[in-house]
Amino acid sequence: MEIHKALFEYCLRLADSSLILGQRLGEWCGHGPILEEDIALTNISLDFVGHATALLQYAAKVEGKGRTEDDLAYHRSEREFKNVLLVEQPNGDYAKTIARQFLFDTFQYYYYQALQESKDETLAALAQKSFKEITYHLRHSSQWVLRLGDGTAESHERIQNAINDLWMFTGDLFDMDEVDALLIKEGIAADPGQVKQKWNDHVAELFKKATLQMPAPTYMQRGSREGKHTEHLGYLLAEMQYLPRTFPDAKW
Amino acid sequence: MVKDEKKLLAEFQAKIDKGVKIEPKDWMPEHYRKQLIRMMSQHAHSEIVGMLPEGNWITRAPSLRRKAILLAKVQDEAGHGMYLYSAAETLGIDRTEMLEQLHTGKAKYSSIFNYPTLTWADIGAIGWLVDGAAIMNQTALAKGSYGPYSRAMVRICKEESFHNRQGYEIMCSLAFGTPEQKAMAQDALNRWWWPAIMMLGPSDDNSPNSAELMSWKVKMESNDSIRQRFIDRTVPQGDHIGLTFPDPLLKFNKETGHYEHGPINWEEFFNVVKGNGPCNKARLKARVDADKDGKWVREAAEAYAMKHTEKETLAA
Repeated sequence: MEIHKALFEYCLRLADSSLILGQRLGEWCGHGPILEEDIALTNISLDFVGHATALLQYAAKVEGKGRTEDDLAYHRSEREFKNVLLVEQPNGDYAKTIARQFLFDTFQYYYYQALQESKDETLAALAQKSFKEITYHLRHSSQWVLRLGDGTAESHERIQNAINDLWMFTGDLFDMDEVDALLIKEGIAADPGQVKQKWNDHVAELFKKATLQMPAPTYMQRGSREGKHTEHLGYLLAEMQYLPRTFPDAKW
Repeated sequence: MVKDEKKLLAEFQAKIDKGVKIEPKDWMPEHYRKQLIRMMSQHAHSEIVGMLPEGNWITRAPSLRRKAILLAKVQDEAGHGMYLYSAAETLGIDRTEMLEQLHTGKAKYSSIFNYPTLTWADIGAIGWLVDGAAIMNQTALAKGSYGPYSRAMVRICKEESFHNRQGYEIMCSLAFGTPEQKAMAQDALNRWWWPAIMMLGPSDDNSPNSAELMSWKVKMESNDSIRQRFIDRTVPQGDHIGLTFPDPLLKFNKETGHYEHGPINWEEFFNVVKGNGPCNKARLKARVDADKDGKWVREAAEAYAMKHTEKETLAA
């Protein structure tokens, strides 16, 4: 595999995870449990859309076929999206949204920490810029895991159930294929294998503080690197993409 | 007592006449306080309910740039709501009570948000027309006498003028775009023009401004006068991008220097205010549901905070 093809693919993976999670968080707008959280979720969504835009611009440049970030966001189909399975899971109640967010924020925190060392200057710079925001995201979701875990009996039960339900999608975060292998060898990509232990330790530590149980090891769902998703992604894309697909010649 | 109150009232009026702002701890007439609570909470509710018709399109925004701008804009509205609730709290009411008034239908919000956002062009029309009309009203309110409200208005107006420009920019892209886009923009103008004109409130014949509220600088300008400024400013903008206003009687009067418009359908306005608009029920339900579904979250946060204070107290 050529490096620039691998790099294109790699950028799509990073971008898509941010874009899809940003899209999901945007669904909360106007419906949050308290005004302050409405603002926080919209703000975080905006950060993710910003990361995705920068990464898709870079992907388009690496590809060199004259496509734009919008072409990549709005004119790829279900099997061409490479986001991790976790982020496309529906919002559910606030506990589900927070659990999904915390599991992903923790991953992104350690992963982007490593990515700042990338030999690819653009990726290193983007990772540095995003890392500040990710640090804030992780603080936000961690605080809510604590509040919900160690809050009332109801909140405890809700967040524990959400974590249990989402756990089977966490293995996919750390999967590797030839794209990862090649780019890790070149010093371009961060190694998910090296992030896994840190992720696990941090999650376990916070769950303990929040009086929550770490789920038992379970059979993991995989496939995001091949664009094999859960059924939820198709609906999300249908909604997100319908306007540019209905009017392909239009500029907005 | 009566004499004291007369003296206080005279001092209060003198301050206002000199352009000194009234601050939360200053003495104020009860009617002044009540009127401001009504206006400020209604304004805050409008910001929060106003997030719904626009929030509607965040997931469907047609480009990443538009999505980011819309997210930022709706986030601004939430911020305005929070800011205004806090400003109203300085008058001795708390946010929970204001929200309860909203949820039970006791408090109103701007009737404009009871209209649906049917196409992407409606996001342009809201920024251009609805925020445009709101700015006209708010720049007047920024000169009002109550310090916290007037300062909030100054800050909010700055962000609203950005919102107004982004809305007009969406309309420009559509008006100069494909024929389908232009049709979309025209349709949005057709549907939003009259509601935007009406959102500035009943005409002066039906809304006699209390001389008292005017002299206290709570109300700064009559509805019809604000409406006229809005129309005069907006019609040339629409003409510039080749859109037609849905009012055959709209014409420029060279002698007065103002646009004249056709009759306003006040029956529709009063019906929407009364709850008979296309989205009144859905908007209120969305707010009530968010509150209900969020109850266990707020309880958890409170319980957690209590436990922590207790632990910290025990450890000390």
